[in-house]
Amino acid sequence: MPSDSTLRIVWIYPDLLSTYGDQGNALVLEQRARRRGIDAEVVHVRSADPVPETGDIYLIGGGEDRPQILAAERLRRDGGLHRAIARGAAMLAVCAGYQIMGSTFGGEEGQPVDGIGVLDISSTRGPARAVGELVAEVDSALNLPTLTGFENHMGVTQLGPGVKPLSQVVTGVGNGNGFEGCYAGHVVGTYLHGPALARNPALADLLLTWSAGDLPPLDDRWYEALRTERLSAVLPR
Amino acid sequence: MTQLPLRAQLASALGRSAATLSRMTGRGDGSVIGGRVGLMLEPDLLRQLARDRRLALISATNGKTTTTRLITSALLEMGEVATNAYGANMPAGHVSALSQHKDAPYGVLEVDEKYLPEVLDTTGAGVVCLMNLSRDQMDRAAEIWLLAQKWRRALSGKPTHVIANCDDPLVTWGASTAAKVTWVSGGQRWKEDSWCCPECGGPLDRKDRHWACRECTFHRPEPQWILDDDAVIDPRGQRWVLDIQLPGAANRSNAAMALAVAEAFGLPVERALPRLREVTSVAGRYTTVERDGRHARLLLAKNPAGWLEAFDVSDPALPIILSVNAQGPDGRDTSWLWDVDYRILRGRPVFVTGERRLDLALRLDVADVPFVLADTFSEALAAQPPGRVDVIANYTAFQQIRSEFGRAV
Ligand SMILES: [Zn+2]
Repeated sequence: MPSDSTLRIVWIYPDLLSTYGDQGNALVLEQRARRRGIDAEVVHVRSADPVPETGDIYLIGGGEDRPQILAAERLRRDGGLHRAIARGAAMLAVCAGYQIMGSTFGGEEGQPVDGIGVLDISSTRGPARAVGELVAEVDSALNLPTLTGFENHMGVTQLGPGVKPLSQVVTGVGNGNGFEGCYAGHVVGTYLHGPALARNPALADLLLTWSAGDLPPLDDRWYEALRTERLSAVLPR
Repeated sequence: MTQLPLRAQLASALGRSAATLSRMTGRGDGSVIGGRVGLMLEPDLLRQLARDRRLALISATNGKTTTTRLITSALLEMGEVATNAYGANMPAGHVSALSQHKDAPYGVLEVDEKYLPEVLDTTGAGVVCLMNLSRDQMDRAAEIWLLAQKWRRALSGKPTHVIANCDDPLVTWGASTAAKVTWVSGGQRWKEDSWCCPECGGPLDRKDRHWACRECTFHRPEPQWILDDDAVIDPRGQRWVLDIQLPGAANRSNAAMALAVAEAFGLPVERALPRLREVTSVAGRYTTVERDGRHARLLLAKNPAGWLEAFDVSDPALPIILSVNAQGPDGRDTSWLWDVDYRILRGRPVFVTGERRLDLALRLDVADVPFVLADTFSEALAAQPPGRVDVIANYTAFQQIRSEFGRAV
């Protein structure tokens, strides 16, 4: 049994939204907590099961059109995630999961589908698929280093006044208007798909800090080696 | 046999010359360029080459090349077979394969999952073999629910006889619009892409190999063929010990599919099975290369399901070298590394190389698997004690090792 001091990382609907490496975010958070001596467990919540309200960090990943629509319906009916966010839980929503957090997103034929409305954003289907490496400079208020990752989506996302852009795109497409992702309170949305936190351990630590307070630094040798290699492969010299 | 129209004969002949030239100049095995030249001169060439032959199309995320080879090997028992042995699995490769064996009464073609509808429409193949569907190189491959949906549309209303693995729910859904299906229980090791019902999105309940949707009537069909550990039970209930040389459960599953396809061509198990046993290596997979007393066995794994199969084959008592690239054919996105459970490697000496070795290094670090980083495969091999070592590499990493050590097949 997890004690009250156990950090609970809740991975929402891996059976519907886990197209490609989304598990990485859960593993990175778990490892970075444990290496600091914080007990952590990852709870997998399948789409037939209720979303627990008492988690510390919620993760939701990418997916195909049909599973995305199913996931949005189920989350709205369930209500657990809404209550957790209202309580102040942290959340990282990725790609299809990011779009679901808004008021609407584009379905298989581009038709508008209702999101769950926890972020003030709305998404549509863009003209072309954005596939490739993405680099972006994070909003200075968050005090994070450059974002690096891979995007693979057709979404275009408009940000409302209730959210702030997470970052400004240097290379890549992101939201489609020069910005990439958004945040509001402790909820972060991004098009960096799959294991975004593996490339951005500082973002992982931000989510952990929101839940567990200040954290000592870690030996980030392999994270840094990968970041350096990727950024130098992508950025113009 | 097939009497091609003059224009198609010419296109086919010129394509073959282009392929020969390409081989002679060392630009590859020529199967793609030859087919492209032929198709340029006669866009209808594939349909014309396919006419009057009995064809099987083989598609899946994993095991296409091997199963194509096994079925080819079996059908050779009955006569000449045209096949795209080197995995050129799009229409240009099919044209090339059929051109090279223009009198072969049989054709066994590996087909890229995305191209299956098009190739089925064009060739009117009588038999289609579908084995598994799982996440694969998302930046270039199609999404798999969408793929299965396209298979359904392509198979609907055609007389095609489908041989399909009913242990994979998505394959079952993709195959079930066909007029005639022979279901094979071939097993399913990778389940992460089929926890939900493709028909309604509800949860699938599983018990052993059986699965059924909790919310609608979609469920696993009764198989006619069953893979039972190291044996296959045929539709008459007779048990055949496979005893094939290709290693691992995935290849036993491929062999079960191959026997069912052979029977659809009228070739009984007692004649097909000895032919399957002759296959020892497929396009370099499972071969061993040697340098300075280090014997490295090469395993190809291109996606998470493929890595599970490779771990199953790999010998836990040996050190292991992992090599990962992210060139075009590999997919440029390495996110899939996070879907592979590497903890199974704990306790083994692990060496990491390839162009994207740092992606893999971090993945292993997070999984608490100790490893040694090597700049090149040669360096990783030289670091081994003399003796055997296993190698798992993805597509271009595998090809690089093969070309450095000679393309011994
Ligand atoms: Zn169902």
